[in-house]
Amino acid sequence: MSVSRTASVLAWLPLVSRILAALFGGYALAALCSIAALALPIDGRQAVFTGMLAGFLLHAGAVVWVFAVRSAWRAWLGLVIAALPLCLIAQTVGDGGGA
Amino acid sequence: MSQVDRSPKPRGIRQTMSDLHIWVGLLAGWILYAMFLTGTASYFRDELSRYTRPEIATPSTLPDAAAVAQRTVTAIMADTPAASQINLSLPSQRMPWVSAMWASPGGRGRHGFDSGLFDASTGAPLQARDTGGGDFFYAFHFNLHYMPAMWGRWIVGLCAMFMLVAIVSGVITHKKIFADFFTFRWGKGQRSWLDGHAAVSVLGLPFHFMITWSGLVMLAVLYMPWGLAKLPDKRQQAEVISEMRLFLPPQKAAGHPAPLTHVGALVQQAEQRWGTGAAGSVQVQNPGDENARVAVVRAQSSRVSTTPNYLLFDGSDGQLLQIKEHSGVAADTQGVLYGLHLGRFADAALRWLYFIVSLAGTAMVGTGLVLWTVKRRAQLPDPQRPYFGFRLVERLNIATVAGLSVAMAAYLWANRLLPVTMDSRAAWEVHLFFLAWAAMFVHATLRTPKRAWIEQFLLAALLLALLPVLTAMTTSHPLWHALAMGDWAFAGTDLTLLALAALHSLLAWRTWRHAPKAKRARPSAASRNAVPEAGA
Repeated sequence: MSVSRTASVLAWLPLVSRILAALFGGYALAALCSIAALALPIDGRQAVFTGMLAGFLLHAGAVVWVFAVRSAWRAWLGLVIAALPLCLIAQTVGDGGGA
Repeated sequence: MSQVDRSPKPRGIRQTMSDLHIWVGLLAGWILYAMFLTGTASYFRDELSRYTRPEIATPSTLPDAAAVAQRTVTAIMADTPAASQINLSLPSQRMPWVSAMWASPGGRGRHGFDSGLFDASTGAPLQARDTGGGDFFYAFHFNLHYMPAMWGRWIVGLCAMFMLVAIVSGVITHKKIFADFFTFRWGKGQRSWLDGHAAVSVLGLPFHFMITWSGLVMLAVLYMPWGLAKLPDKRQQAEVISEMRLFLPPQKAAGHPAPLTHVGALVQQAEQRWGTGAAGSVQVQNPGDENARVAVVRAQSSRVSTTPNYLLFDGSDGQLLQIKEHSGVAADTQGVLYGLHLGRFADAALRWLYFIVSLAGTAMVGTGLVLWTVKRRAQLPDPQRPYFGFRLVERLNIATVAGLSVAMAAYLWANRLLPVTMDSRAAWEVHLFFLAWAAMFVHATLRTPKRAWIEQFLLAALLLALLPVLTAMTTSHPLWHALAMGDWAFAGTDLTLLALAALHSLLAWRTWRHAPKAKRARPSAASRNAVPEAGA
């Protein structure tokens, strides 16, 4: 691969990284949110609905964030920072009935 | 978007959001357009299901729901004594017949289910042509076709997510959202398209947002099952699902025969509770068994939320076992979103508003798609020979926007013209829909863009305008007769088809009359084969 081609592929990497962050990072964040919702001090069934309802909005918000910030690194960093507390809360939620 | 990271100066939020809006809109646009238009038609799903079954006469009055339920259950049990489950949709003003499904060991359909339509007044089975009716557009709208429904739902879900992102990024891009709503610059090429796109988008913004979010929520168990799977016990999980779909607790047959209680009396009891006409459907488990159960389910037309409400009775002694009427705040929020999406609670006036705002949503996607090419045309190095991507988008736009109208009209033509005795007739109606659509894709690649737009709009106008004629010639419901009888499923559909034919003629005429503005700086940039810049 010539130097210029490598360079042009490299130039696309941040964009590819952002697209992956938006699609999969955003979804992972929404999924974490839907689990963390079970920690809310409300009935479990209501919490499931709350998590579903909020999850899609969070995913949309995450995508906007990923493309709004200055670099792909910041995009991922933001997702990780948002995911950390959700992850901690999700840990406290008990295991399901295996459905 | 490719310049996001390469440009030396960070670009403003409005610019990055504009790029995001443009690209998510383009990538999902064609499927979204089809989802929007078939979904719009589905607000008249019941009416289309009647229009496509012209053999069935419209009754002048609706018989008492209790008597209808009793009559139909008796008829099905007499015909299929081994039935283990009977589900009835009771007649309504919009759908004046009984639609039934019953399961038996010898059943021909999935899970041993047979189905049929029954005359509300006599309980006799109704004979009608084999058709998908309005159900095809409805199912295509979220399952697509020619693929497993689950694939279709994932594709549709991804597109809906793109739509949600497009809405949020579009609002951020569009800073003077309300001021611009009152701005319309006619005959200014790209600016007119942009103004038109913004107008139809802002006009229905709350609707577009609701319809997209609720669409995702409706299938959330598929897309976002993680919280549900973490619920500690299976019974609670089943209870969550039962707030989204009607799902009665399973009941095993005892094996001892016992006469079924009077189902009509149970429907009457439900109507006393919810009001006349509010009993929407009846489900009987194990009819003729000691462990029979009868559920009378509240009609979705009687309230906004679709969380199932029902009364559950013991089927042998008629005792009320369970009243399901409460769901909790979050479940109700979901139910209201679900109900707002379906619009089954809407009366005629609200249904028309749904239809019109939903058409505006379709126009939002359509104008957005065309705007992509209008904006880039001005920057083409050689307008006579656009690059591949430009030509691809241009042709896909034509076949999606104009071609889908042709395909939907072709579906109704097939419904009128295919022989009534034909095997797998309903499937062929759908095949003809896709064949017509595929022909439009081929046509769009063979003609110059401007001609392709005009010809497809004209063809759609012609097919739509002739449908009432075809109906008058092949059925006993000509428009004048339906109008005189006040039979709005037929008269309303015919009139709407004529109005849509007029709209398509207008679009064809505006496209034909359109001469792209010569740019002052580069007069040569004007192209003879320009995309229409009219009809926003």
